[in-house]
Amino acid sequence: MSLIGEDTERCATVSPRELTRNPLKKTWVPSCRNGLPERHISERKVCMTNCPTLIVTVGLPARGKTYISKKLTRYLNWIDVPTKEFNVGQYRRECVKIYKSFEFFQPDNEEGLKIRKQCALAALNDVRQYLTDEGGQVAVFDATNTTRERRETILRFAEQNGFKVFFVESVCEDPDVIAENIVQVKLGSPDYTHCNTEEAVADFLKRIKCYENSYQTLDEELDRELSFIKIIDVGQRYLVNRVQDHIQSRIVYYLMNIHITPRSIYLCRHGESDLNVKGRIGGDSGLSGRGKEVWTSQMKRTIQTAEAVGVPYEQWKALNEIDAGVCEELMYEEIQQKYPLEFALRDQDKYRYRYPKGESYEDLVQRLEPVIMELERQENVLVICHQAVKRCLLAYFLDKTAGELPYLKCPLHTVLKLTPVAYGCKVESVCLKVDAVNTHRDRPANVNVHRSTEDALQTVPPLTSVSLFSLHLCLPSDPVVLGDEFLSVRCLLLL
Amino acid sequence: MEHQKKAVMRKRTRGESTASVPQFTNSPTMIVMVGLPARGKTYISKKLTRYLNWIGVPTKVFNVGEYRRDAVQTYKNYEFFRPDNKDAMKIRKACALAALKDVCCYFTQDHGQVAVFDATNTTRDRRELILSFAKDNGYKVFFVESLCDDLEIIAENIKQVKLSSPDYINCDKEEAVADFLKRIDCYKITYVPLDDEKDRLLSYIKIFNVGSRYLVNQVQDHIQSRIVYYLMNIHVTPRTIYLCRHGESELNLVGRIGGDSGLSTRGIKFAAALGSYIRGQSIPDLKIWTSHMRRTIQTAEAIGVPYEQWKALNEIDAGVCEEMTYEEIQDHFQEEFALRDQDKYRYRYPKGESYEDLVQRLEPVIMELERQENVLVICHQAVMRCLLAYFLDKSADELPYLKCPLHTVLKLTPVAYGCKVESIFLNVEAVNTHRVRPTNVDVDRDPEDALLTVPEHN
Repeated sequence: MSLIGEDTERCATVSPRELTRNPLKKTWVPSCRNGLPERHISERKVCMTNCPTLIVTVGLPARGKTYISKKLTRYLNWIDVPTKEFNVGQYRRECVKIYKSFEFFQPDNEEGLKIRKQCALAALNDVRQYLTDEGGQVAVFDATNTTRERRETILRFAEQNGFKVFFVESVCEDPDVIAENIVQVKLGSPDYTHCNTEEAVADFLKRIKCYENSYQTLDEELDRELSFIKIIDVGQRYLVNRVQDHIQSRIVYYLMNIHITPRSIYLCRHGESDLNVKGRIGGDSGLSGRGKEVWTSQMKRTIQTAEAVGVPYEQWKALNEIDAGVCEELMYEEIQQKYPLEFALRDQDKYRYRYPKGESYEDLVQRLEPVIMELERQENVLVICHQAVKRCLLAYFLDKTAGELPYLKCPLHTVLKLTPVAYGCKVESVCLKVDAVNTHRDRPANVNVHRSTEDALQTVPPLTSVSLFSLHLCLPSDPVVLGDEFLSVRCLLLL
Repeated sequence: MEHQKKAVMRKRTRGESTASVPQFTNSPTMIVMVGLPARGKTYISKKLTRYLNWIGVPTKVFNVGEYRRDAVQTYKNYEFFRPDNKDAMKIRKACALAALKDVCCYFTQDHGQVAVFDATNTTRDRRELILSFAKDNGYKVFFVESLCDDLEIIAENIKQVKLSSPDYINCDKEEAVADFLKRIDCYKITYVPLDDEKDRLLSYIKIFNVGSRYLVNQVQDHIQSRIVYYLMNIHVTPRTIYLCRHGESELNLVGRIGGDSGLSTRGIKFAAALGSYIRGQSIPDLKIWTSHMRRTIQTAEAIGVPYEQWKALNEIDAGVCEEMTYEEIQDHFQEEFALRDQDKYRYRYPKGESYEDLVQRLEPVIMELERQENVLVICHQAVMRCLLAYFLDKSADELPYLKCPLHTVLKLTPVAYGCKVESIFLNVEAVNTHRVRPTNVDVDRDPEDALLTVPEHN
């Protein structure tokens, strides 16, 4: 505990440090005597704890531990908390090469127990490396961890290394859920490549039995000093104990909002034809008879699109396109002419680059987080948005890195249908067979601030090479960086 | 023509909302408190109501104890609450029913979205009554049960809010405490907490020992999910929140709004004075937050300790009006200027934001402030107004006109059911940036009328 008032490094007599502006992110940082920005970046990050966090799953096989681990990891990475999962089963497969049968897991199989313990320790070792040496913030230790003894080992390990521990236990006795789980992810496991379905299921059920006798669930009394969430029956009920800090609070909130009810999320940009969209989506068997939410931004072109589709919709300001600040409504050629330095900086780090008086992709992700949270709660949703926004949402669902995100291809007149399956997301791309401008600009080879105009504009998409149906119109090309414009004439003709 | 919100052709779907997020509510929701006396039910009711109203969900508390005080006028002693006191039971039931009737009015006539039914509701019978009432009317029900057996917490609770209750006005401290403890005992006899098995189909959160543990069951929808998240982030540890604006800026001096200018000479003086003040307060583990704008960061630098920058604390984006004086806004955007005076809370600057948008973007800041303990937030006029409105429970109409002068620190200390405010002016002069709502808000008004209340500047 520290008191401000006690002797701190810089007291009242020292004048405040000069501020310089970080040219990429447009943030103000204090500078050292030599005018360069100081190393300590005091920008608010999600994880303001100094301690890394170890999330430890707990539960019998086929309770969704790996599903939760992967999903949580994907979410944390998307909100900029470096996270990695460590699945002990994978370590076991590497060690034991060929899986014979459930007998490996029998509690009296000394040989098996030895190997399994070694694997757990190997995984913990990698956890230590990730959190201590590789800049990781959160590690997800994905294993059954069903005995108090195993959990004690982990707690001691964490204490020795200065990691916080948060347990995530999944408890479920619904035989239907467990059966579905086995079908979705166990049958396809490397362990059962050479088995037929019945054999695999029978063996796996015996495997679960091996754990049941020694299973010690997290207890309200005995484990009252630990931090944990117990998820009961796939989210019917939650027991939450001793949330220590911000990141654990966010994790709990996220885990309490996800569900596994089958559904699909449709992402498209404004300007899609109403009839085609209706036809594609209306005819989809997964949606017949069930309500579908339609979300738009508060910019005219998405609202126009929704109006044309002809169903009630919800407007989200958070879905508005990235704010290009001083570059709003400019064409790339104009940006190069007026702001060549900015244009180059953007190519150097498109994710973190912030337009002057505008936003960065990094900012977008932060403002889209409530949208993602609500998408998790919902079932079938059609999101009509914009290029940069769609890239951010897609990166979340498809686990794309910050490096890949700003270059994801999101063409106009293409609807992406995302369906959760197994541990990931199936993507179907539905092209509405209507020509449209290409608005995708690849990263050019030369990102140097002193590059020639030619090099800068090398990858700007050609904007006038498209024709429309049988009409030969010379349409003004869409400004690449759109303001709150009406849809181009071409799009209107489609509606 | 363009509506004041700058989003034409919006088909108003659910409710007539112009807010920046969809209002995810169909059926009204009743939040029903459950718990023995002195378990913090009223504290939670009031706090939750304040939060929901602030984020734009019309919410109201219905405290059955108040109905009882209206009915019975003078409180004698705990014997009123004995389970075998038939007359009193009749009165207490009538009060509950009267409160439920008012809940109904609130939803149907007053466009309420959430009603917090604040009473002990400790028997299954009473809860059944409420569930039937809700079912008949199409309301969702979410229970919030507070369980606590920590004697110290209960004693502190009694001290903070019961001793000063109208029930104990004519008692001395020991009498009041003794009577109240007997009152709690009356309820204990018949108390049936929400049950894991029997109540497994109900939606509820159980809060154990002021938040060390929670049990959450059957969360039905978005608003319940938000309520659970909020309840899991609040705490009762004593702490202080300091709110202030950056020191006077160069643009402040010349009456220009927005921008990203540095501090004026007086602003720099203020920053130094703030540093001295904060050090003088000797605050344990103080966190300091600023926005991303130069003027707040410059101010924090003078304190000499690490601070965190939040983009969410940036001043309201005035869009096309950025860096203009009010005179220039009147000149170039006469209609906008008038529309803003007509509804300052909902008005959105062209290509900019509204106060309503600000509240939405500040919500994560509030959530983290709830989690934290001692914090100094160095921000901006509109931002400070929004934060203050949350802590002091100010309405959307009052919010944009709250007085947040430069060079003045507001010290907020939670006490009882609310917040104590101390205003500390650090003795460095600054311009006044507060523009009062003028009398004439008509779009065709004279420039003179429009600029009547503009504060003086260079």
